[in-house]
Amino acid sequence: MENLNSYLIVSAILFSIGTIGVLTRKNAIVMFMCIELMLNAVNLTFVAFSRYLGNLDGQVFVFFVMTVAAAEAAVGLALMIAFYNNRESIDVDDVNLMKW
Amino acid sequence: MSNLLSLTTFLPVLGVLLLLFVPKDSKSVLRGVALAVTAVTFVVSLPILTGFQTNAEFQFVENMPWIAAGPFVMRYNIGVDGISLWLVILTTFIMPIAVLSTFTAVEEKVKEYMICLLLLETGMLGAFISLDLFLFYIFWEVMLIPMYFMIGIWGGKNRIYAAVKFFVYTMVGSLLMLVALIFLYFKGLEAGIPDFGLLQLFNLKLDLSTQIWLFMAFAFAFAIKVPMFPLHTWLPDAHTEAPTAGSVILAAILLKMGTYGYVRFAMPLFPEAAHKFAPVIATLAVIGIVYASLVAMMQEDVKKLVAYSSVAHLGFVMLGVFAFNQQGITGGMLQMLNHGVSTGALFLIVGFIYERRHTRLITDFGGLSKQMPVFATIFMIVTFSSIGLPGTNGFVGEFLVLIGAFESELRWWTIVATSGVILSAVYMLWVFQRVMFGELDNPKNQKLLDLNAREVGIMVPLIALIFFMGLYPKPFIDKMDPAIKKLVSQVRPVSMTAQAPAAIPVMPAGHPGMEIPAAEQNLPAGNAH
Amino acid sequence: MFDNVWLIPLFPLIGFLINGFFGKKIKNEAVIGGIGTLMIFLSFIVSCGILMQMIGLPAEQRVFEKVVFPWIHSGNLKVDMAFLLDPLSCVMIMVVTGVGTLIHLYSIGYMHGEEGFYRFFAYLNLFCMSMLLLVLGNNMLVMFIGWEGVGLCSYLLIGYYFHKKSAGDAAKKAFVMNRVGDFGFLIGMFTLFWWFGSNHNIWTINFTEIKAASHLLPYGGVVTVATLCFFLGATGKSAQLPLYTWLPDAMEGPTPVSALIHAATMVTAGVYMIGRMSFVFIKSPETMMVVAVIGAATAIFAATIGTAQNDIKRVLAYSTVSQLGFMFLAMGVGAFTAGIFHLMTHAFFKACLFLGSGSVIHSMHHALHHAHSHDDAQDMRNMGGLKSAMPITFITFLVSTIAIAGIPGFSGFFSKDEILWQAFSNPFHGQLNMVLWGVGAIAACFTAFYMFRLVFMTFFGECRITPKAKGHLHESPLVITIPLMVLGLLAVVGGYIGLPKLIGDMLGGIPNYFEHWLEPVFAQAHEYSTQYAHAGGHHSHSLEWGLMGLSVVIALIGITIAFTLYIKNTELPGKFTATFPALHRAVYNKWYMDELYDFAIVNPCKALGRFLWKGFDVVVIDGIVNGVANVVLGFSGIFRFIQSGLIGNYAWSMAFGVVVILGYYVFK
Repeated sequence: MENLNSYLIVSAILFSIGTIGVLTRKNAIVMFMCIELMLNAVNLTFVAFSRYLGNLDGQVFVFFVMTVAAAEAAVGLALMIAFYNNRESIDVDDVNLMKW
Repeated sequence: MSNLLSLTTFLPVLGVLLLLFVPKDSKSVLRGVALAVTAVTFVVSLPILTGFQTNAEFQFVENMPWIAAGPFVMRYNIGVDGISLWLVILTTFIMPIAVLSTFTAVEEKVKEYMICLLLLETGMLGAFISLDLFLFYIFWEVMLIPMYFMIGIWGGKNRIYAAVKFFVYTMVGSLLMLVALIFLYFKGLEAGIPDFGLLQLFNLKLDLSTQIWLFMAFAFAFAIKVPMFPLHTWLPDAHTEAPTAGSVILAAILLKMGTYGYVRFAMPLFPEAAHKFAPVIATLAVIGIVYASLVAMMQEDVKKLVAYSSVAHLGFVMLGVFAFNQQGITGGMLQMLNHGVSTGALFLIVGFIYERRHTRLITDFGGLSKQMPVFATIFMIVTFSSIGLPGTNGFVGEFLVLIGAFESELRWWTIVATSGVILSAVYMLWVFQRVMFGELDNPKNQKLLDLNAREVGIMVPLIALIFFMGLYPKPFIDKMDPAIKKLVSQVRPVSMTAQAPAAIPVMPAGHPGMEIPAAEQNLPAGNAH
Repeated sequence: MFDNVWLIPLFPLIGFLINGFFGKKIKNEAVIGGIGTLMIFLSFIVSCGILMQMIGLPAEQRVFEKVVFPWIHSGNLKVDMAFLLDPLSCVMIMVVTGVGTLIHLYSIGYMHGEEGFYRFFAYLNLFCMSMLLLVLGNNMLVMFIGWEGVGLCSYLLIGYYFHKKSAGDAAKKAFVMNRVGDFGFLIGMFTLFWWFGSNHNIWTINFTEIKAASHLLPYGGVVTVATLCFFLGATGKSAQLPLYTWLPDAMEGPTPVSALIHAATMVTAGVYMIGRMSFVFIKSPETMMVVAVIGAATAIFAATIGTAQNDIKRVLAYSTVSQLGFMFLAMGVGAFTAGIFHLMTHAFFKACLFLGSGSVIHSMHHALHHAHSHDDAQDMRNMGGLKSAMPITFITFLVSTIAIAGIPGFSGFFSKDEILWQAFSNPFHGQLNMVLWGVGAIAACFTAFYMFRLVFMTFFGECRITPKAKGHLHESPLVITIPLMVLGLLAVVGGYIGLPKLIGDMLGGIPNYFEHWLEPVFAQAHEYSTQYAHAGGHHSHSLEWGLMGLSVVIALIGITIAFTLYIKNTELPGKFTATFPALHRAVYNKWYMDELYDFAIVNPCKALGRFLWKGFDVVVIDGIVNGVANVVLGFSGIFRFIQSGLIGNYAWSMAFGVVVILGYYVFK
């Protein structure tokens, strides 16, 4: 598969967008979606390599990642709802109890 | 039944599952279930006692693969011998009493409290029956957590400090032990021992310097738990802050974990190092006896006084164990049981008056004998048991410890330790006098009620045991005798060969080394049969 | 009958259990007291049977051992709950059960109406059981159970009036001082056990086995160490210097207790123990000397204090300490038979004296109570002239006083004179003999003085209580006077079973039954003593007669002085006090021994305990522990600022970290 590079480039771009989003945005939902973006960028890499190397390990990993992402979505959204109920906001700068 | 031990050990966990389904607010149901579970556990543990063959072998052994991760192989390997047998029975015996003692003392978070108690029981039982070092370590740590919560949540004013102190103190020791344990495991692997099995590791021959390092790590962990001077300061804090049941369990069983650790692990695994360290440990034990007695004498808080008296009593245990002979170790083992019964009872007694008056200061009491005659009688019996009056349990253990230590090389230490006999009378009788004798002049004490049926019921088995063990200790001694004999031969000083020039080949494993004359001194021939 | 020896301690145990558990419900004093008395009386009957059987046996067969059940078997140590019957233990069980029965009977009357009547009898029975274990034990450990058991009962009974602080203090003091002695007992036991075991592979603490092996023991050396330790035990239990101060305080207990425990039985346990192990003690000349010297010193030391006390029971207490000193003097000069003989006669007359004083106090108490007076019922300065009001008490008391003073014809004379003669003529201590005898004789003089002072102050002269109270003085009931009469009788005739050879020969060859009886027990010791005792123990009969006469004269001098001071010139004691105030104060305050102990031992111990707690435990050890914790806390105090709590910061630092790590691998 000669065009592996294109997959990797797309994946890298997606990952960077996700990273920048996480770092710059304050809205928890947006940050959360950015993280999903990063995870899927990694998934893309896995699948690409799996195809390129001709074994299924990468595909298996993708399933794991997707499962984890689903669990994370469930827990994360629940947390956010709980948080919103308390603070009327989902701005991460308001979540600052866990500090000195 | 082949898996009786597992059943006994994990019954409390089943009880925890049961408790999870009981609603939080039905306190009496929670209490009843916890009591029933511990009582059933005690009943289930009795066949272990009756079915125990009087020999040196491990019995009721269960051995199956458990974890195999990379180079590490852990097995679920459990069993009892004469040494652990009585401690298992002591644990199952004390637990219902401890649960019963909390019926009116704990009113908040009853469910969590009971769960802690039951988890603690499993942890303690597991630690006593483990024949796999790693399994032992797991249970050793499991015990720590419920106790931490019991002190930290249901404790007194200064509970957080006491709980953290208790936890960190113990943790420091156990981490050192963990490192030593892993090191020992790799040493074992080199010698072809595939897992953490204790019995195989007993046969492992280590050179002296390795033994010394490993022994120091183990000994440090156990010394904190015992606790030995000068590592004892967590104990008075933990005891004063812990709720009554916590104190009872802490004194009666958890402290035994330390001395048991020496007898089961540190000494037979590293016999030469143990001999090398015997003078050091005996010195600390003797200092502990005198020091703790003197400090106990001046305490103003009854519970703290009892806590310091524990340090002194455990000093006797250590002295006996490190006499390396039959009487000494038997005495040490008996003293562990005695201390469990007597000091457990003392903490219950302190609990009774604390529940009534919400103070433990000696000066707040006086003349209670008049108001509470039954209580006075029970308190007096337990006091004299703690002092070690002949006819009560305390005497037999103390006597065997002292006579055993006197026969060994620890003669001079014994003489100092024997002065503890005087000091214990001083501090116990003094506190008894100040609490029970004199005028009943404090108006708050004039309306105190004597013990009720439940409280008397708690104390009766303990009192019965105090006299039974004092007047007829034979069954106890007989059951532990062969195991101790084996232990004595395991820890016999082979060091003479280990240090000797290489001309003498290392003894084959399991050979007791009968022909070494140095060993004969401690074990005269009359003893063998 | 021998096989039933276990019944002897069992009966009092049953009595203890019945009264202890059900006494509160029984309530009826007659039943409670009856059970207590009956149980010890049953023991007495069994003891009589055993004595009869033993008398019927030839001397060499008078040893019997009975194992009741195995007790502690561990390794080479084998200790059974087992009893030993021999002439010595026979004498002791007879004294304990006999005097015990009388005192139980007396207590029914004396303790009448006391709160906790049942408790008293339960304790008294428990005491008898412990004491019987002590004298019957065939090994040191059973003896030690009894030894500590009597200490426990002594504690319980001294503290009987527990609401009084002085009673609680006295009880504790007695127990702790005894424990100091027990420390010695234990070490002594360990030493013998270890020495026999490691040198001869004989692992035993059994008396008969040790006796059989005692020829292996060296003279002096380890035996001196062991016996001195045992003797420390004896000084604690038998209230000898330096551990005697608990006994006078022990008078806080009810009077029957003082009679039974602190005069007749328990305090003689130390003497008995030395007698039981005579074959060991005799092997150490040094210990024998120490025993003799301590005995003589205690005899005179306590006697001097006795002369200045005003509390009737305290005088008797110091008298007991002094008489015990005589017994130890006897033991120390190798006159074991004489010591045990004095133990027995002392049990009779001192029990009688204590019970008599109890009768007086009882009556005084009633009289003062009726007169609503708060005077001290035990203070002799309040008494006087009681002889007409209490004739039986007076006569028995007088008889016993004559006995203790050493007037010929009464039991005390025979035993005390034997001791003094042996102190003078024994072949062990060389020049020291003269001193021992001299000190003993002076102590005897003091004894006669303070005992007659007591009698004169109490029974003679003018009655010093208010006339109103005087009308209420009356003789005690029969239940109290019968034991007095029996004991008074024994105080007179008890001495005739042990007539000194000299007197026996003169009276037509009456043998010294007591000496013959105990001969098998002490034969071994006498055999060893010939090994080192220097010859020349032969003294002429005329010398013995002379010394006997001298001791009678000494006693008479003491009595005369008492008569002069307290009957004829009653103002003289006051003048004497005024002339030598310092001396009187010192004697009155018991030579300041209690204060010395407080100053030298008790307070330093307390201070040390407080320092170790507040200074070492809290400051040093916890200082280190908390110090380590604080160092960690300090560092984390710095590092915690990294935790800003802002998720953005965390994310940025994470990204930065990733960049740094990647950069390192890419550009390295």
